[in-house]
Amino acid sequence: MMKIDKIVLDHGSGGKISHRLTADLMLPIFDNAILAQLNDGAIFDLAGMRLAFSTDSYTVDPIFFPGGNIGDLAINGTVNDIAMCGATPLYLSVGLIIEEGLPMSDLESILIEMGKAAKTAGVTVVTGDTKVVPRGAADRIFINTSGIGLIPEDVQIAGNQARPGDKIIISGSIADHGIVVLTQREGLTFDSAVVSDTAPLNHMVGRMLAGGKKVHVLRDPTRGGVGTALNEIALQSGVGLKIFEEKIPVKGPVAGMCELLGYDPLYLANEGKLLAFVSPEDAEAVLAAMRADKYGKEAVVIGEVVSDHAGQVFMQTRIGGTRIVDMLTGEQLPRIC
Amino acid sequence: MSIKYMDEYRDSEISRKLVEKIGNLSRNAIRLMEVCGTHTVAIFRSGIRSVLPETITLLSGPGCPVCVTDQKEIDAFIELARTKDVIITTFGDLMRVPGTFSSLQQERADGRDIRVVYSTFDALEVAKKNPEKKVVFLGIGFETTAPTIAAAILAAVQREIENFLVISAHKLVPPALEALVATANVAIDGFILPGHVSVIIGLKAYQPFFEKHRIPSVVTGFEPTDILQAILILVEQVEKKYPRLENAYQRAVTFDGNAKAWNMMQEVFETVDAGWRGLGVIPQSGLKIRERFRAHDAARVFDIQVHGTQDPRGCACGEILTGLKTPPECPLYKTRCSPTDPVGPCMVSSEGTCAAYYRYHAD
Repeated sequence: MMKIDKIVLDHGSGGKISHRLTADLMLPIFDNAILAQLNDGAIFDLAGMRLAFSTDSYTVDPIFFPGGNIGDLAINGTVNDIAMCGATPLYLSVGLIIEEGLPMSDLESILIEMGKAAKTAGVTVVTGDTKVVPRGAADRIFINTSGIGLIPEDVQIAGNQARPGDKIIISGSIADHGIVVLTQREGLTFDSAVVSDTAPLNHMVGRMLAGGKKVHVLRDPTRGGVGTALNEIALQSGVGLKIFEEKIPVKGPVAGMCELLGYDPLYLANEGKLLAFVSPEDAEAVLAAMRADKYGKEAVVIGEVVSDHAGQVFMQTRIGGTRIVDMLTGEQLPRIC
Repeated sequence: MSIKYMDEYRDSEISRKLVEKIGNLSRNAIRLMEVCGTHTVAIFRSGIRSVLPETITLLSGPGCPVCVTDQKEIDAFIELARTKDVIITTFGDLMRVPGTFSSLQQERADGRDIRVVYSTFDALEVAKKNPEKKVVFLGIGFETTAPTIAAAILAAVQREIENFLVISAHKLVPPALEALVATANVAIDGFILPGHVSVIIGLKAYQPFFEKHRIPSVVTGFEPTDILQAILILVEQVEKKYPRLENAYQRAVTFDGNAKAWNMMQEVFETVDAGWRGLGVIPQSGLKIRERFRAHDAARVFDIQVHGTQDPRGCACGEILTGLKTPPECPLYKTRCSPTDPVGPCMVSSEGTCAAYYRYHAD
C-alpha cells in the first residue's frame, strides 16, 4: 500500500480523509476535552456564561459566484457554525490574506458584501487583520472568520445529543452551493437560475429554539454535504439513522447536473441549510417555526433516529430498497462515462 | 435539462410492480452480470439488490474503465506525468488509482502539472493556452469516450494545436464479453449490457457474440425502472429457455448505433490487442491511434519506460472484474483496503465494484 506522505487535496474535502487528519494529527497535539467533542464550534463555560466559539477559512474558487461571493460566504459560514451550537452569534473577527494584484474593486465588492451579511445576521465585526502575499503565494483572496456567541441557559445542543425517535429535518433543497461553485469553476453553463444558497441561519435557529422546543442536534451540512454530516452525527451520538430518498429535496436542475457529472448531491456543499434532530413531540412545532422563516420555507422531515445499527446511516430508496449512506471519502471527482 | 423525464423512470410505483413481477416469475437460481460500471453504481444506489428475490444473483463485470486499465498503463501515465514540460489532463476517476509506486494524486502533490478536466475539449484548450508545453490527455474508457477523444484529435489537427497529445488505453466492450465467456470460469445466465456504450455501437455490435453463445442479453438504461425492466426480461428469457438479444433502452439506443461517432472513432483509431486487468490480453480489444495522427500520439512521441510494474499484492480486483469473486470474498476488503486506503482500482473508482459495495452495501 502507498503511504501518503504529503498533503493532498482530499485532506481538505471534509470527508473521511479530513477526519483522519484531525483525529490522528491534531487532536493528540491540542489534546483537550472541548476540542475533542468536534462540534461545529467549541462549547464551553466562561465567567458564568456558556459560549460558542468557532473559526473557518474560506478559499472558494471562483470568488464571485451566482448568489454570493467569498465575502458573504465567510460571514455566513461562521455565523452558522455558532448558531449550530444553539448560540446567538455576537462578535466576529475577519482575517484577509490577499494575493498581490487583486483588483481593488474586487476587494471592495467583497468587503461590502461582508458588511451587508454581518448586518443581516446581526453580528459585529470587531477585529481583523490584513496580509498581502506575493503573486502565486495565494489564489486572489483567502478569508478567515472567527466568532463568538452566547448560548441561552436552557439550550443543550451538540452532535452527541441525537436519540432514538428524533425526527431529522432539513431546512430546504440540498447541493445548491456545491453544484453552482463547481459548474462556475469549470465553465459549465447552467440554463437555469440555480444560485448558491449562502445565508445566515441564526434567526431561524432563534425561532426554532423559542419556547424551549426540544432540538437536540443542529448542523449545517457544508463541505462533505448532508451525507457526511449525518454520518458524523450518527457516530458522535452512537445511534443509527434512517432517511428516505424521496423526501430529500433536490432541485431539478441540480439533480440533472449531478446526473451528468456523476456527483451525488448528498455529498455536495450547502451554505445556507441546516439539519435539525428534534424530539418527535416537538417536530411539528419546529417545522412550523422553520417554515415561517425566509430560509426554511421548504423545511421537511427526511428521516429519523433509530435504535439499531449504531453509527450508520441507512436510506430507504425510491424503489423501496435499502442501502447505506457512507461518509464522503475525499473530494468527489467527475466520472468518465 | 428536464428532470421530469428522469423521474418517470424512477417512479416508485412502477418499480415496485416490476419487482413484484420479477418475484412471481423467477423460479430457478440465476446469475446475471451487469457489464457496465455505471450500472453497478446505479444498482447499488437505488437499492435494487435488496429488493430482488433470492433466486437472482447480480455479478458486476469488467465495465469500470479505471478498473480494467492495466497496471502497466497506470504506471506509464505516472511516468508521463514526471516528464519535463508535460501537462497531464485527465478525467477525475484516475487521480487516486494506485500505480505500482505512486498515483497521479501523489504526483500532483509533488508538483507535477496534472489537471482534472471534464471533457477532452477542455484538454485541447489547455494545450492552446500552453503552447510551450506538451499537453497529454489520458485516454481511457470504452466506446463511449473514444469518439469524443477522436473528435478532439481531429480538432487539434484542424486547428493546428500541435502540442495536444493523447495516450490511448481505450478498450472495447464486445471482445471483453467474448473473453469473459471463453474463460468459462464463471457461469453467467444473462447479460445486462451497457447503455451509453450501446448508444454508439448499436445493438448490432453484440449480434455475433449473441449468435455464438445464445446467452440472454438485454441493453438497458440507468434508471431503476430501466434496470428492473432488463432483469425482468432476462428472467423471462431464462425461465422460458428462449434467449434473445433485446433492447430495453429504445429511447437512446438504436440497432445501428451512432454512425457519425463510430466513423470518427474508426478514422482516428485502429484496433489492437490490449491488456486488461483481470482478463489478460484480449485480441483486438483496444484502440491505438492511427499512424496518420502519430504527432498526437503520446505513445509514439515519448519514449515511456516503465519498470518493475506489479499488480497490488493480495488484491482480488482481477477476479472481481470477471465475476469470480465478490468484494467481501477478498481478504483485503474492509481490512487493508477501503476507499480511504485503496489497494486496487476497484476500490478507488466511483464505478468500481468494491467501492460500490463499501459505500452502499449493508453487511
